[in-house]
Amino acid sequence: MTAASGPAGASPATFLGLPAVVPPTAPRGVGMLRGDEPFPVAARRALGDAQLRRNLGKATGTIRGRRARVVAELDDWDQLRAAGAAIKDDVLAHLGDYLVQLEEQVTARGGVVHWARDANEANRIVVDLVRAAGATEVVKVKSMATQEIGLNEALADAGVAAWETDLAELIVQLGHDRPSHIVVPAIHRNRAEIRDIFAREMGASGGVPAPPGLTDEPRALAEAARRHLRQRFLSARVAISGANFAVAETGTLAVVESEGNGRMCLTLPDTLITVMGLEKIVPTWRDLEVFLQLLPRSATGERMNPYTSMWTGVAPGDGPRAFHLVLLDNGRTATLADPAGRAALRCIRCAACLNVCPVYERTGGHAYGSVYPGPIGAVLSPQLAGVADNPSLPYASTLCGACLDACPVAIDIPSMLVHLRAKVVDAGRGAGHPPKPERAVMAAAAWTMAKPDRWARALRAARLGRLLGRRRGAIGRLPPPLAAWTASRDLPLPPAETFRDRWSRQRSGPDGPDAPDSLNAPDPLDGPNASNPLDDPDAPGARDLQDARIGQDAPGGRDAPDEPDERTP
Amino acid sequence: MSRTDPSPSDDARAEVLARVRAALADRPAAPPASRDYRTAGDGSPSLAADAPREALLELLAGRLVDYHALVRRVPTGPAAPAGPTNDASDGNDGNDGNDDGDIAAAVADALTQRGARRLVRPPGLPAGWLAAARGIEAVDDEPPLTAAELDVLDGVLTGCALAIAETGTIVLDGGPGQGRRALSLVPDYHLVVVRADQVVAGVPDALARLRAAGRATRPLTWISGPSATSDIELHRVEGVHGPRTLEVVLVE
Ligand code: SF4
Repeated sequence: MTAASGPAGASPATFLGLPAVVPPTAPRGVGMLRGDEPFPVAARRALGDAQLRRNLGKATGTIRGRRARVVAELDDWDQLRAAGAAIKDDVLAHLGDYLVQLEEQVTARGGVVHWARDANEANRIVVDLVRAAGATEVVKVKSMATQEIGLNEALADAGVAAWETDLAELIVQLGHDRPSHIVVPAIHRNRAEIRDIFAREMGASGGVPAPPGLTDEPRALAEAARRHLRQRFLSARVAISGANFAVAETGTLAVVESEGNGRMCLTLPDTLITVMGLEKIVPTWRDLEVFLQLLPRSATGERMNPYTSMWTGVAPGDGPRAFHLVLLDNGRTATLADPAGRAALRCIRCAACLNVCPVYERTGGHAYGSVYPGPIGAVLSPQLAGVADNPSLPYASTLCGACLDACPVAIDIPSMLVHLRAKVVDAGRGAGHPPKPERAVMAAAAWTMAKPDRWARALRAARLGRLLGRRRGAIGRLPPPLAAWTASRDLPLPPAETFRDRWSRQRSGPDGPDAPDSLNAPDPLDGPNASNPLDDPDAPGARDLQDARIGQDAPGGRDAPDEPDERTP
Repeated sequence: MSRTDPSPSDDARAEVLARVRAALADRPAAPPASRDYRTAGDGSPSLAADAPREALLELLAGRLVDYHALVRRVPTGPAAPAGPTNDASDGNDGNDGNDDGDIAAAVADALTQRGARRLVRPPGLPAGWLAAARGIEAVDDEPPLTAAELDVLDGVLTGCALAIAETGTIVLDGGPGQGRRALSLVPDYHLVVVRADQVVAGVPDALARLRAAGRATRPLTWISGPSATSDIELHRVEGVHGPRTLEVVLVE
């Protein structure tokens, strides 16, 4: 591994040919992109919650297994994945053209397109539209974008009640809670907790109360949700949704869902308002053939989700009579401006990266402080909101690479994390205070070094070291996560061998799993009984995880089940 | 959209587009995606491109059952027409009268077992399909039924635009015999007739066929099994807000 030399210190704002003015990040004081506390602090608290960890371990293990099975069914998965990445890169490279084309098509078919520079503007647009429709309440389809901008709070401030209709979002809303997963937002709740929330809050919220004697059977809970929301669906005049895809060529919007709450919202009310991030576009109708295969299999482990709705503008006699599409920037163009970070905008929000992440599995989603948790959150939130406001998130990872393997649009999250760590340091220096992420990095290093095979895998991830080397010149010679440490300190480091030797000296035996780590740093991610399924084949979920990765790497990966992390650089 | 009156949204539009331009000043290369996955006409992972129709139907039936739809297979006599293969997505227009007797028997059976009495009848539903059903009140959507009126009906009988074997998906496009979207959504029981010539292998075939038939910009509903949730401990529960029972009459 050699350190490449390159344009060290170049930042997107100054590099040749790049814009002198970088678009603004998402504004402060609105929405849900920033945590109240640094990741390690929040994570440590989450790690103390045994119930949470049980819920998470069970849920992510289940979903990993399902995903592995249905991904393995497709012998062209790798090709679909490559096409998905390429199509999204094309969208990003020509985003302006596609946005204009989408606007033309939606408008030509009776929709109205609105542009929102940020969360405040989007909220204002939606509030005005709801008021113009004369409504005091709206039904909502689960939507990341509207959570990101804090739309429910803005509506409440304007005297409009927003009812979440997705079961998980309902659980979160009634529990006065925050979502902790992109696809299954109430993944941190078990059935008993959900029963208690329903029994306590359904009536209190002003809706149909839970039936007396409600049990914690999932079927009974789903039935309670159906009854609670039925009248709201049938009488709602305004619905608010997000979008999974928007076809520039035809102006068609698509929402994938399972319960039928999406269909209810998209079909029954008179007015439909869809809030969509700029990057949700696909260029052509045909491109849906890629994403409608990638998304359901990656997200819920189904061949196809129960319901997918597509609509184009307004269809006379069928569904809403008014359709408004709000195109949301809120830091997306800022993300787009960074050539090393923009691929995060490929994301189709399937959450596969969360489900395979050993850090997410232990901490849950709340620790990330943003509506986007897990690996994608660690790269997306700091870019949308600015690294200065999310300095610890790029460290919320062990760089094990599982997220990249699972991602249906092949976002290289580990490399992006290393890149963002460097930006965190730059931002700290610019602000006149020393970089603070060191502690988190040290913890990640300790975690990696606590077991020999983790360390060996870190060494194999050489291309991350090279990426760092390009940026930092001669310093970047260590593999991650220690490479990140070099980035945070910006100092020459002892060669890798020194660390290894030191670690070898201090460990107690050949396997040394219980040895105190060389850096003597507390590890927020590795409690005494914690086991990383990547490392412990007997740990719950380990087999699922490996299967998932085997499916991913088919056909070559099928021969190397014991080396799930081995990738061609 | 007319922009004669500059509004905040116009300012926002100009600024967002300017930001996008500025962000892409490095002119990133984006080579065209290679379509070396299975595209329309390539079959599906479970079906060779030249697989016989029986294999297609067998797969569809299996996938439907997998996701807990009820399936009734209706064999037709040797004289059954093969049907058009490329532009067959214009709904069930009643032309294939040969099948109607068998379909009617299957529909009647299904409704009896379900105990359904009042049924939504979408416009353009082939008259023959309900010919054998006894004691059924067919309610027409004219004038359009309110959501509350739909909510007290026992079910809906529709045709479809097409079905996808590999994923067990039924696609509605609002064509004849399907009606507007609310009709197949609010009633708790959805009985749908799928003809053999409407079944395609995979998702790419479905999109290509919808487009060729000029249906891409219609309101589309893709249905794969009954409504379901996995939001409670990833435990799958069928039947939330959409119809809790999906039953398919598959005409072979
Ligand atoms: S980054 Fe990839 S794996 Fe993670 S949510 Fe986005 S698309 Fe899915």
